[in-house]
Amino acid sequence: MNRIARTFNSLRDKGQKALIVYVTAGDPSLEATAATIPALVEAGADLIEIGIPFSDPLADGPVIQAASSRALAKGVRLDGILKMTAAVRERLPELPLVFMTYYNPVLQRGLERFCRQAKEAGVDGLIVPDLPYEESGPLLREASAQGLALIPLLAPTSTEKRVEAICSSAQGFVYCVSVTGVTGMREKLDQELGRLVQTVKEHTSLPVAVGFGIARPETAAEVARLADGVVVGSAVVKLLGEGAREEALALVRSLARVLHARCSA
Amino acid sequence: MLPDKRGYFGPYGGRFVPETLMPALEELEKAYFFWRDDPSFRRELAWYLCHYVGRPTPLYYASRLTEALGGARIYLKREDLNHTGAHKINNTIGQALLARRMGKKRIIAETGAGQHGVATATAAALLGCECVIYMGAVDIERQRLNVVRMKLLGAEVVPVAAGSGTLKDAMNEAIRDWVTNVRTTYYLIGSVAGPHPYPMMVRDFQSVIGQETRRQILQAAGKLPDVIIACVGGGSNAMGIFYPFLAEPGVKLIGVEAGGRGEGPGEHAATLCRGRPGVLHGSYSYLLQDEEGQISPVHSIAAGLDYPGVGPEHAYLKETGRVTYLTASDEEALEAFELLSRTEGILPALESAHALAVARKVAPSLPREAVVVVNLSGRGDKDVETVAQAKGVER
Repeated sequence: MNRIARTFNSLRDKGQKALIVYVTAGDPSLEATAATIPALVEAGADLIEIGIPFSDPLADGPVIQAASSRALAKGVRLDGILKMTAAVRERLPELPLVFMTYYNPVLQRGLERFCRQAKEAGVDGLIVPDLPYEESGPLLREASAQGLALIPLLAPTSTEKRVEAICSSAQGFVYCVSVTGVTGMREKLDQELGRLVQTVKEHTSLPVAVGFGIARPETAAEVARLADGVVVGSAVVKLLGEGAREEALALVRSLARVLHARCSA
Repeated sequence: MLPDKRGYFGPYGGRFVPETLMPALEELEKAYFFWRDDPSFRRELAWYLCHYVGRPTPLYYASRLTEALGGARIYLKREDLNHTGAHKINNTIGQALLARRMGKKRIIAETGAGQHGVATATAAALLGCECVIYMGAVDIERQRLNVVRMKLLGAEVVPVAAGSGTLKDAMNEAIRDWVTNVRTTYYLIGSVAGPHPYPMMVRDFQSVIGQETRRQILQAAGKLPDVIIACVGGGSNAMGIFYPFLAEPGVKLIGVEAGGRGEGPGEHAATLCRGRPGVLHGSYSYLLQDEEGQISPVHSIAAGLDYPGVGPEHAYLKETGRVTYLTASDEEALEAFELLSRTEGILPALESAHALAVARKVAPSLPREAVVVVNLSGRGDKDVETVAQAKGVER
């Protein structure tokens, strides 16, 4: 069993939900990212998404856009990110690690080479927000060959037909986007979210995580009633970008408290 | 017939967007296929193109330019005479009518030079829709006249400061808006770029240019053109004039990209001539990018050509060799701008001046019997400040 499945299973056995934390690689530096990930895990993160910065991140809101631009401006490159990831893997052998990347950097590295190098660095899965199901065949083949999970995204606008098709080839977990929109902190979730998660659960036995817009423990608690995991990104990236590392860790602790509280249900 | 069912022209095209938008693209494709051949839709579109846009536009024999160059006869397809001063409105009227039939009351668009923004704001005003235009902060600075025009037409113009503050960043932001408001909003893309079905749909709406040209040149010259030349940014005016001639092997087709001020990265916008394939803004096509796939900065004196991507059908036509893609530099475009202004009394858009710059090289090598058609995609009023600055014209 791989690290992603092991983590979700062991949380489920304890009646807990997964806290998934996104960080932009190289903001403010790769050394800082390497040091921050263990601290996030210490604070309660169960799975880490490492964001590979891209010049034109069209699925991201202003916080992650700014973090990506800062990282690229500092000269962060894919080889450096792979090296940093390998170092994190060495330190945390059991931590599930996934890359979140736009498709073009993967294409330019070469699908086979990208997947092989990610695997060698200790990565467990890939999330590619601009690669919909219909176009995912070639990457799915290469990722599978390396034993990497290609984690699909589903949205409140996804029709049941699409949910069914996407779930049929899903690996790792299914990532439900909580709102129609880009990443970033929000007050309200989409009314369709409950229906979406329920439909997904009817079509797959994989864990379901919900992300985009979740920044506060109250929202996380609400989502935890529906799903197996919660993704938090922009809220943490924003604090890290402001140099407020302690506040970022405090936020992660407060989210972990909510998600790791044993559910009575 | 291309594209195929998945929106591919050979290996280029497709649909690389977040899942949130996929159902909307499916809905759009279905609506377009339904209305495209519907007689009432066709009649409505034809009516607006005739009575509102002012079509057909003339195919004008530029005799003084022909004399000045001393070779092939040069005809200009006068898209600059359309309402709003460029070819862009052929597409915005078509898509806005489609949006209305789809029940979408809010229209958004990206714009570079502002021509597509003005054409979208115009169509939105005409049909009574809410309109939001995304425009790079740098472009807003250099195309102020068009910003004012859009506002006067009732559109909200949202400046985009992210990235390079130009067309690609405006497109990122328009896509983000669409992802957020997809249930109520129609995204009106202005070029033959973006995810399927946009490259096909925009080409179809723009191909009125080529269809008219075909009819008009047969009447005027009694033969098809030997050469057709058009500028290529995203590539909509070029696709529009080329498309009805693709199956005519005797007609040489030349697309002209922005050579800018040099060959280094950030100095030009010659995507097909100097880029390589990748994924940006929803399709697989040529891009200007670094070896890691990060999108490169671009430059052109013509804001409408200042884009690091190009429509996927152009990538395909380059690969098959059906269309030849060349570049014209900022300097050559300025010279062509001046030449047309002085010989014919027509100020061309700086974008169109790139096509004229290549005509200037091609025409003298051909005999007088040969016919060259240049797509004069827009008028140059918007560019007079840029040209005056570059040329040091006294005010």
